[in-house]
Amino acid sequence: MSTTHPVLTHLERLEAESIHIMRAAVAESENPVMLYSVGKDSAVMLHLARKAFYPSRLPFPLLHVDTTWKFREMYELRDATAAAGDLDLLVHQNPECVEKSINPFTHGSATHTDMWKTEGLKQALDLHKFDAAFGGARRDEEKSRAKERIFSIRSAEHRWDPKQQRPELWRMYNVRKSPGESLRVFPLSNWTELDVWEYIRQEEIPIVPLYFAAKRPVVERDGALIMVDDERMPLLPGEEPELKSVRFRTLGCYPLTGAVESVATTLTDIIQEMLLTTTSERQGRVIDHDSTASMEKKKQEGYF
Amino acid sequence: MTHSTDLIADDIEQYLERHANKTMLRFITCGSVDDGKSTLIGRLLYESKLVFEDQLTALETDSRKVGTQGEGLDFALLVDGLAAEREQGITIDVAYRYFSTEQRKFVVADTPGHEQYTRNMVTGASTADLAVILVDARKGVLTQTRRHSFLVSLLGIRHVVLAVNKLDLVDYSQEVFDQIVADYSGFAKEIGLDDVVAIPMSAYVGDNLTERSANTPWYDGPTLIGHLESVQIDDELLTSPFRMPVQWVNRPDLDFRGFSGQIVSGVVRPGDRVRVLPSGRESSVSRIVTMDGDLAEAIAGQSVTITLADEIDISRGDVLAIADDLPDVADQFEAHVVWMGEEEMLPERPYLCQIGTMTVQARITKPKHKVNVNTLEKTATNTLALNEIGVCNLSFDRPVPFDPYAANRDTGGFILIDRLTNSTVGAGMIAHSLRRSDNIHWQVVDVDERAREALNGHRPQVLWLTGLSGSGKSTIANHLERRLHALGAHTYLLDGDNIRHGLNRDLGFTEADRVENIRRVTEVARLMADAGLVVIASFISPFRAEREAARELVGADQFCEVFVDTPIDVAEGRDPKGLYKKARRGELANFTGIDSPYEPPLAPELRIDTTSVSPEQASDQIVGLLRARGVIS
Repeated sequence: MSTTHPVLTHLERLEAESIHIMRAAVAESENPVMLYSVGKDSAVMLHLARKAFYPSRLPFPLLHVDTTWKFREMYELRDATAAAGDLDLLVHQNPECVEKSINPFTHGSATHTDMWKTEGLKQALDLHKFDAAFGGARRDEEKSRAKERIFSIRSAEHRWDPKQQRPELWRMYNVRKSPGESLRVFPLSNWTELDVWEYIRQEEIPIVPLYFAAKRPVVERDGALIMVDDERMPLLPGEEPELKSVRFRTLGCYPLTGAVESVATTLTDIIQEMLLTTTSERQGRVIDHDSTASMEKKKQEGYF
Repeated sequence: MTHSTDLIADDIEQYLERHANKTMLRFITCGSVDDGKSTLIGRLLYESKLVFEDQLTALETDSRKVGTQGEGLDFALLVDGLAAEREQGITIDVAYRYFSTEQRKFVVADTPGHEQYTRNMVTGASTADLAVILVDARKGVLTQTRRHSFLVSLLGIRHVVLAVNKLDLVDYSQEVFDQIVADYSGFAKEIGLDDVVAIPMSAYVGDNLTERSANTPWYDGPTLIGHLESVQIDDELLTSPFRMPVQWVNRPDLDFRGFSGQIVSGVVRPGDRVRVLPSGRESSVSRIVTMDGDLAEAIAGQSVTITLADEIDISRGDVLAIADDLPDVADQFEAHVVWMGEEEMLPERPYLCQIGTMTVQARITKPKHKVNVNTLEKTATNTLALNEIGVCNLSFDRPVPFDPYAANRDTGGFILIDRLTNSTVGAGMIAHSLRRSDNIHWQVVDVDERAREALNGHRPQVLWLTGLSGSGKSTIANHLERRLHALGAHTYLLDGDNIRHGLNRDLGFTEADRVENIRRVTEVARLMADAGLVVIASFISPFRAEREAARELVGADQFCEVFVDTPIDVAEGRDPKGLYKKARRGELANFTGIDSPYEPPLAPELRIDTTSVSPEQASDQIVGLLRARGVIS
């Protein structure tokens, strides 16, 4: 046989691997779900899922763990995705947070994130009895992620034990679990930020416009540019929203997500800016700054 | 090797075009704690501009605080991840890192050099195309160098870089380098490593990483990155015969039936004759379906969905193979087994074995020998402990298609799973089959499950009643069989006492005999279920492992565990056969509940509390369960 076949490119290899992971998880779990945060990684993961099961409908619902504090444009894309009609979208808001109006301003970012996101996620998983949940985390995001497996077991209390991880050999994943345990599955484990952007460009995947630069009203607070996305944001004395050309490298709750000044209005511009930039992606997230090992701690407690 | 900053700034489109066409190489780095492995990886990330300013600031702070390089940057701190190990100053797990150059994207498995972590290195090596073996120039080829090289060879990595590191500390001596290379070459040949490229370097200084170093004018080979960018890796996979383990049957509607999986070797095109293994049925490829349109050809590494010209029964676990170059099908093998469980291997205990996308039950014989990874000596042993490697025979509960590991990693490698803890306790590489499974496995049987089902008017099922002696199993079983019979179901009742009068008259009540008792009963129940019957198996069956083994053997969809739950004091109070009294008097040894344990089911399909439910109600509940499962209508 001749070897004139083109060798797969790195994106083709990544795509095939992610599809393989998703199929393995779906074939062996009873009630899977895909966490959908509306960010760019979620967008890529959803696109890959459609490819994995084509021409079938997605064999699992999407779950958006909502905090009510996401950017308005995120809700718009989420609703448009749900309206496409080829999938089921579940939205969960922690009822305790709704009742107590938990927000980052009065309760602080740590409580806000813990109650809306970590607790909300656990509630939703328990409520629907999901036994496997796809997440869009990448190993290049953060040091503790680099050692997490693609298939990660969580106890009935949703805790992660880094010492009890199963070895993953070849392309074989041990997806067996005991009653009460569940799986977190990370199909994008081997993707880098650059791969994600490159793939979005190649596949023309729709993403939230906030990733592109535009004039937006922002205030500078603790060194971060925070967008005033709605009237719920209390302005401090002397703060005056200013229209600046900014964009976001990661998306979350708008009061907790720092913008960067930018003029990148196309995908190509974004990639160019990313390659020439000198700060890492997660810097825009307030939660990581607590301590060096903060993400590891959060994950042990059940953060995705 | 850096991202060409100028090109990015001036012509991003061209840069992206190039980036999109990059290939990928996965490699592992192996070395001991002090060989400078983390420093090498940290340096590769740093040089490829993947370290950002905020990370660099953190690195500078950390270097001063816990670094081992004095005033200099300690690149190792960039890659040491989890909090516990940062304090210990060693890497304790497999970590994956990413960087890219003009030519390729790289995935690095950072594997530890500590002796007790063979498990991690084997894991990292299983997906690597190439291994970088680090040697400290001051120390030369050490025991651990041999160990790492042996594991690399065992895991079938064909390409090796011998990175002779810390050359700056021996004054860039060519003599030292040549001696190390000479020492290593003989050993490498012995263990079958043919493609070894030796590179003199210093990860700390940066010699011969991306550019030829002026410090080694006597060296005219490639730099590390130069070699990693150009080494050819994909040819073997593409020229191997087509294989695709079926992961998932894609069935959106009655008109479409596709088989989804990742092609692990070879090439496939519409029209190719393929055979489905182990069933042996043959058809031809009709379409290769993807969301981006049908393909005229698909190659190793791609995840696709294939439709066939004929309607054939195929399920997850089957392998599609090119009809003129088939894998073997067998149920007994000789294999290298790497033990990864904390508890040592138990010969003859059933483990689950995952091979390709198929999960079977496997028993491992006593190892023929274990291999000392330091000396490569073979020694006799009864078992394998954590991180030990041995040659064993395995016997599967059914025939599976396979290729020898040396020919195909994906159809020749397997993992072993403990059925109770569900942990991955071993990994194995098939050397060869011990005998070809009888040709009967290749024979397509025309009267199959469906045909029997149609004739019987119901589906087969094994109802497994477990519980203490005197719990009420026999009474319920008897009542249940009468009801099922009245409903027109073809039934058979297997009862513990009756079986022990015949088939199992040679067995006593020791733990080993109890295991064998249940194993035989399981086989009989399976045959009867194969024949289409609803089998009621009523056995104390005290051990979870054996009940789980029964579930696996019969198949989860045909197996129902019913826990006849009676507290021991109630059962003892009933004592219909006077056995508890005897046991209490010491006249019966190994009596379940008295001096032999009963492990209650963790997740039975049905639990019957006999203190509140009559045998009639219990039968009703079981019949309800059978209806809910679609066994009877």
